[in-house]
Amino acid sequence: MCKAINIRVAGFGGQGVMMTGQLMAYCATYENMFSLWVPSYGPETRGGTANCSVIVSTKTIASPVFMNADVLIAFNLPSLTKYMNMVVDTGVILYNSSMIKDPVIKQGIKAFGIPVNDIAIGLGTIQVSNMVMLGAYMEFSGLFSDQTVEKVLEKFLGEKKAHLLGINKQAIQAGREAMIAVKE
Amino acid sequence: MAKQLMKGNEAIARAAMLGGLDAFFGYPITPQNEVPEYLSRYMLEEGKVFVQSESEVAAINMVYGAAAAGFRAMTSSSSPGIALKQEGITYLCGSELPCVICSVMRGGPGLGSIQPSQGDYNQATRGGGNGDYHVIVFAPETIQETIDIMKEAFDIADYYRNPVMILVDGLIGQMMESVDLTRPVKKRFLPEKDFATTGTNHHNKRNVVNSLYLESAELEAHNLALKKKYDKVIINDTRYELINMEDPDYVIVAFGTMSRVCRSAIETLSEKKIRVGIIRPISLWPFPNRAFETLEAPHLKGILVVEMNLGQMLTDVIVANNGKYPIGFYGRAGGVVPDPSNVVDAIVHFKDLVVK
Repeated sequence: MCKAINIRVAGFGGQGVMMTGQLMAYCATYENMFSLWVPSYGPETRGGTANCSVIVSTKTIASPVFMNADVLIAFNLPSLTKYMNMVVDTGVILYNSSMIKDPVIKQGIKAFGIPVNDIAIGLGTIQVSNMVMLGAYMEFSGLFSDQTVEKVLEKFLGEKKAHLLGINKQAIQAGREAMIAVKE
Repeated sequence: MAKQLMKGNEAIARAAMLGGLDAFFGYPITPQNEVPEYLSRYMLEEGKVFVQSESEVAAINMVYGAAAAGFRAMTSSSSPGIALKQEGITYLCGSELPCVICSVMRGGPGLGSIQPSQGDYNQATRGGGNGDYHVIVFAPETIQETIDIMKEAFDIADYYRNPVMILVDGLIGQMMESVDLTRPVKKRFLPEKDFATTGTNHHNKRNVVNSLYLESAELEAHNLALKKKYDKVIINDTRYELINMEDPDYVIVAFGTMSRVCRSAIETLSEKKIRVGIIRPISLWPFPNRAFETLEAPHLKGILVVEMNLGQMLTDVIVANNGKYPIGFYGRAGGVVPDPSNVVDAIVHFKDLVVK
């Protein structure tokens, strides 16, 4: 990895957008990279779309803000519509195909639909759909080992939610498998 | 120690504790709420003082009281809240009390917005209090630098017996970044706080902490003593960073979040064969005039000031530049954070941005 990766994560409030972004930043820090997470904290986060951006880099991060993302992760259609034109020409879009059907995406950009809601429901709870997406992105990018994400999740969930570690790990694995399937 | 991911506001709070914070007084306001939230938990665990006051005015006056008693006191707020504290700040300066004030800027004027801004440059460096006084103002650009300066801030405040302000925008407060809390910072030799009102202990010497001097000659002497102190701050604690300053075509002046955005912009500009350097003031007061006095660049076409306001530091740059080079200005306000492409455009269209 020779340059910073600018990632934008967007969706409805409640879809785990902020957590997905934060986990990436935690994982990068855990793996001794530089990382930076910026939330949107305005009134638009209440009931509407939520978004955050993450920058992961092997060297110090300059600008904390960017216009065009290298990676867009969209959990719903409004987010995809709002941000799909703010992706670099060689960029990547991962979208939630449980909620977004056959999107029209600019040529040249790699787009992968992952049915994260359906996969999560299959595992028993829709609440881990964001972890399915995280797994899919990890598989695509090669960033963050399973061991890293497990350590980070353990700390993130804390003692109170320790019993949820298993289902979250399952969701990440399911996300990895889904990415392998759509890549082929 | 390994790095950890920390939110700006929480990092400010933790760094203040590492810097020896004894007592925190504050009133909630976005986007700095995580500072008191964090301290409300951890200060009590360590047997230190945390008070959520009834107002911003009360908080700054509690800081006055705690500082007068010799404790390391701090308050934190955001733009309209810092406006309310101005009276207390001039009293602290007049009574020569050390303290740290953290200001996490949001959009203004008035209630403005809760989005990031640098609209309080003038509020921080000029202040709204009365009389000849200065607050020592530092504007870090990363969370790491915020931690390092915060850890040193109480020493600086104690050394000069003057308030020190840590000035960041809402973005630095709200974002998370990988940081190292253990980086060493400069330590100073600090005299005993013999001014502190710690009781007479049956001696006759009474300490009075006061900013009232009814005799004009007496007050003038106090003013001159303060001036001497401020001159010392200018000589010893003016801080700035020069970035990429070898024979530049343009020089950008930017602080805080904006200087980071400009760092990315000058990389793009160098790909376009435009050489751009950055003068990054770290202390806003004292302003780094000397960076401009010593500026020798044969191919320099101009200086671009970039701020998240409509031209506040610009005035200081015009004064420091003293008519030497053309000055342009690019600023966004209201909570808009320019991205690197905006700064690239501003340099490319420098001619249109020159201020008269």
